[in-house]
Amino acid sequence: MTDLPAKTDRTLGLVIDLDTCVGCHACVISCKGWNTENYGAPLSDQRPYGTEPMGTFLNRVHSYEVQPEQGSAQTVHFPKSCLHCENAPCVTVCPTGASYKRVEDGIVLVNEDHCIGCGLCAWACPYGARELDQAEGVMKKCTLCVDRIYNENLPEEDQIPSCVRTCPAGARHFGDLSDPKSDVSQLVESRGGFDLMPEMGTLPVNKYLPPRLKDSWDDQSLLAPLLEPVAEEPQGFLGWLDKALDKLPGGTA
Amino acid sequence: MHPAPSVIVFSTLSGLGFGLLFWLGIDPTPPTGLTAFVFFAIAYALSVGGLISSTFHLGHPERAWRALTQWRSSWLSREGVSAILALIFLGLHAISLIFFEMNAAALGLIGAALSLFTVFTTSMIYAQLDTVPRWKTPLTPALYLSFSLAGGALLSGRVNMAILLLVIAAIFQFIWWQRGDAALSDSGTDLGTATGLGERGTVRSMAHPHTAPNYLVKEFIYVIGRKHAQKLRRIAFGLTFMLPIICLLLPFSHVLAILAVLSHVAGVATSRWLFFAEAEHVVGLYYGMR
Repeated sequence: MTDLPAKTDRTLGLVIDLDTCVGCHACVISCKGWNTENYGAPLSDQRPYGTEPMGTFLNRVHSYEVQPEQGSAQTVHFPKSCLHCENAPCVTVCPTGASYKRVEDGIVLVNEDHCIGCGLCAWACPYGARELDQAEGVMKKCTLCVDRIYNENLPEEDQIPSCVRTCPAGARHFGDLSDPKSDVSQLVESRGGFDLMPEMGTLPVNKYLPPRLKDSWDDQSLLAPLLEPVAEEPQGFLGWLDKALDKLPGGTA
Repeated sequence: MHPAPSVIVFSTLSGLGFGLLFWLGIDPTPPTGLTAFVFFAIAYALSVGGLISSTFHLGHPERAWRALTQWRSSWLSREGVSAILALIFLGLHAISLIFFEMNAAALGLIGAALSLFTVFTTSMIYAQLDTVPRWKTPLTPALYLSFSLAGGALLSGRVNMAILLLVIAAIFQFIWWQRGDAALSDSGTDLGTATGLGERGTVRSMAHPHTAPNYLVKEFIYVIGRKHAQKLRRIAFGLTFMLPIICLLLPFSHVLAILAVLSHVAGVATSRWLFFAEAEHVVGLYYGMR
């Protein structure tokens, strides 16, 4: 049944720090690598070495410029993947029941053996999180690396989503957002994490942390008091030397 | 939105087919024998042909039967179930009319109701989507139902009813276009809400994730459709409504009737092409496009 669960036991998801992301796309590549070799059909490429190469990706990084009314513009690198919405519109539109939201952890998955490739779930998703694989004819989406996070054959530090494990900047965090004590919930709380397109009513699980405001040239530096000259006029030996040198012929600087 | 030919053919033909089936189903004095056969054959060719065409855009058409299972939550699934039920009830009605010259009125009425409901479910597949503001309106079901009823009346030779319904459908089409042009900006969704950065300043897309287009760009951003949109609207309006109404107002002849039908079908297909080609999906915002 493609009805959404009224409540999930846990709410696993990602917290993405837009202040830290450097836009290196490492998460994109590691996601493509892991998900091509593991869960479900591989993520195909079309014309990978030809003109207009394209392929299926579950995670893509956009880059935006934010121009405030005053001051200089800010560049924000913006990774985007499935937000595992609590009110996921992609699930309820599915005619076959292939799309579902798991009761145990809230992960939204596609049963690829039941997917007819109609594409309606991708139409219903406001975030562009679902892509119809052009070779397999089935819908692909982020699995939150369901085949890593419960995989006891992997070392413990690898039992997190591939994108989180790979991020060299530490901009991606994984955890249970229904637990207010979890690291991810604390991050959202302290940094003012927000939803994408809240007006769509999708209740995304994944949260984004805002970029910190840029400092400006006019701001007072914290180090400024320490950099103040200790004495405007030289004193003591230096004072005597200063005066003595002034008296010598040759003028002053 | 990418205007997939299979979906346009489907919604044009099966809309007409189910419209014709509706009028055949509620007819208190339906045709019998060979006349009934011709009418039902046309209706089934259109509706079934449209349904088969719609499976061409599927990645796995061989699993299409699975789409009948989720009718409790999915409009697409309801469409499939309703279409099959309508075709079964009206198929039995047709058999009794053609071979036994017997009018099983109850079968016809149930089938007619299911035919209209099928058109309604088709329209709800689009009208339910918050992601396409141009479609997200009760006017979309009104548009689909009025088109289907008008086309069915035209095909079944109900001249006065066809003129009346064509005028009503024309009004819905006009209002739908007018509302649609402002729908995205009225929805309040823009790149600012999409990125959550709108309160900090003006957000501009600086670099796409990849240098070449991808599935999302190809499926959801169809800029080319807007170049000739205004001209195509006039063509669609003329072909769907004006020319058929003129043909119906002139003294009856079979040539004019066929011209009215062909013009109407071509017009509906143009209108449906615009329905997709002009529609903006909010995913386009992430790409700095619409």
